[in-house]
Amino acid sequence: MVDIRIPIGLMFTIIGTLITIFGFVTISNTEMYHKSLGINVNIIMGILMLIFGLIMLFYALWKKKKA
Amino acid sequence: MRVDLSWIDYLIMIIYFLFVLGIGWFLRKFMKNANAFLEAGRSMPAWVAGLAFISTNLGALEVMGMTGSGMKYGMLTTHFYWIGAIPAMIFLALFMMPFYYGSKARSVPEFLKLRYDEKTRGLNAILFALMTVLASGISMYALALLMENVLGWDFNLSLWISALIVLGYTYLGGLSSAIYNEVLQFFIIVIGLLPLVFLALKDVGGWIGLKAQLAPIAISKGYAADAYTSTWMYSGHASANPLGVEWFGILFGLGFVLSFGYWCTNFLIVQRAFAAESKAAARKVPLIGALPKMFIPFLIIVPGIIALALSHDPGKGFVIPADPGGGLNYNLTIIMLLKQYLPTGVLGLGITALLASFMSGMAGNVSAFNTVWTYDIYQSYIRPRTSDEEGDGKHYLKVGRIATVFGILLSIASAYIASKFGNIMDFLQTIFSLINAPLFAVIFLGMFWKRTTGHAAFTGLLLGFLLALLHHGLTIPAGATSLVKGGWIATLHTYPVEMAQNFWTAIIAFGVSTTVTIGLTFLTKQKKSDEELTGLVYSLTPRTIVDKDLPWYQRPVGLAILVSVIFLVLTILFW
Repeated sequence: MVDIRIPIGLMFTIIGTLITIFGFVTISNTEMYHKSLGINVNIIMGILMLIFGLIMLFYALWKKKKA
Repeated sequence: MRVDLSWIDYLIMIIYFLFVLGIGWFLRKFMKNANAFLEAGRSMPAWVAGLAFISTNLGALEVMGMTGSGMKYGMLTTHFYWIGAIPAMIFLALFMMPFYYGSKARSVPEFLKLRYDEKTRGLNAILFALMTVLASGISMYALALLMENVLGWDFNLSLWISALIVLGYTYLGGLSSAIYNEVLQFFIIVIGLLPLVFLALKDVGGWIGLKAQLAPIAISKGYAADAYTSTWMYSGHASANPLGVEWFGILFGLGFVLSFGYWCTNFLIVQRAFAAESKAAARKVPLIGALPKMFIPFLIIVPGIIALALSHDPGKGFVIPADPGGGLNYNLTIIMLLKQYLPTGVLGLGITALLASFMSGMAGNVSAFNTVWTYDIYQSYIRPRTSDEEGDGKHYLKVGRIATVFGILLSIASAYIASKFGNIMDFLQTIFSLINAPLFAVIFLGMFWKRTTGHAAFTGLLLGFLLALLHHGLTIPAGATSLVKGGWIATLHTYPVEMAQNFWTAIIAFGVSTTVTIGLTFLTKQKKSDEELTGLVYSLTPRTIVDKDLPWYQRPVGLAILVSVIFLVLTILFW
């Protein structure tokens, strides 16, 4: 029917990119990251989501190619 | 207790909404008949159905409630995820799924019809349909209330928008859309809550630091120092652990009766396995679901336990708002934690995770409701099948779609009733939850004892339910202030905690139902021939082993062993 990995991959790639960029833009805002114990969780989570999204997409494409 | 969101948080939410609806939109063209719409054409790969299986269960009330329970009871809450789920999921996969899937039944009530008779199906179908509508109404109400209190959104607006989004994708793509979205929602829930666990644990000094902070709290309440971080160690006595239930109640009440009743017979859950592409895949579905299930406590229960430590540390400024009754509103634990630790950006992700959990639970209810309505009520009592198979497929597709709209409207109505008469709705939900334990007794006897008759099953189901109701009416948990908690006939017995009462209600329902069904089976005549029962009963179904050549991890038994080993390791580790 459709490979669910594609929408999942796309969504996490988009949101991941967005949060990563936002994390870099706000990198000097120490007040904002005071909550998260001084850690810029946006960059960490953003990159994590981006990697997850891309793995899903590549896996879906690879499956499609094989089939 | 307000949480302020910024544009990026909203943007994340909107992207999520677009994807959810987009999946429905994309799938709409595959919905050619009722089979595609209500059963996903029995085409789902095991991993997709397996993640959906667990995601449906991970509704908003579950996430909010379990974090709250983590704060109240500590690690003992994991009993709901380990002993209270894993054995039942393994049993469902290995022993029940072959008959459910092999029977070609399209729903649990329909299995009852095939195995027993029409009246048993009718009773179950009607109770089940009512229960799903009620359950989704109550969770919708809870969500809208949360959004109003915490995010400052309008109650009516959040209620209607969240309902319309779920309606949108379930109307367009049916069960396939619900299942696909549940997989997406599963990942959003996990990833959205991940930074919370990580930051909260870091803040309290890891697991060791958490244990140290909880020790004085446990001692001040009269428990052993590690009572909040152990599971079975203090279960010898009900009063020695924060849960207030002893090992027998946990093992038999939760681990056997409640858990097998819920996981093995609740169509809302089992429907995901029915949608699998083959019998082998269907057997793997609960096991694939069990793998993440065992680790979800670290995502939602551990933060609750951390919240307990935080609330006793004045330096953190962490407060759980009080509910109107004067106690703490434990349901708000998760959202207060999100507010405490997550900055703009990941905060939006966390809130989206809560919305996703709400939608996965609600879509589960809706897709189970429209199937039971269409096949077990409409097709059985209002318009039976005709000889025109293709025309029927189209007709029931239309009925299924109308039922989807109708079901959501009923849920919205019950959400409004819940906002006015919350107690009545809580009471009704308690009552409907009593149907699971007798249902498990009846289905179990039906699958493993060919003699079991329809009359016996029907009476067992009904009496089990009624006696459980009677028990609820005659007992109360200590400190209960309203009749909703029980004792609405008279008070014959007082339980130390509500959970003990729940466990015993279920044990009684199961006990009565089993005894009555077995007893009456001896007194009534089996009307079904052995041929009719082939594929439905263990002893009459030829066993075929088809997976001999597959690697161990693709075989149900291999997966079941893996799940059991992890389950045992976790149990021992957190004993």
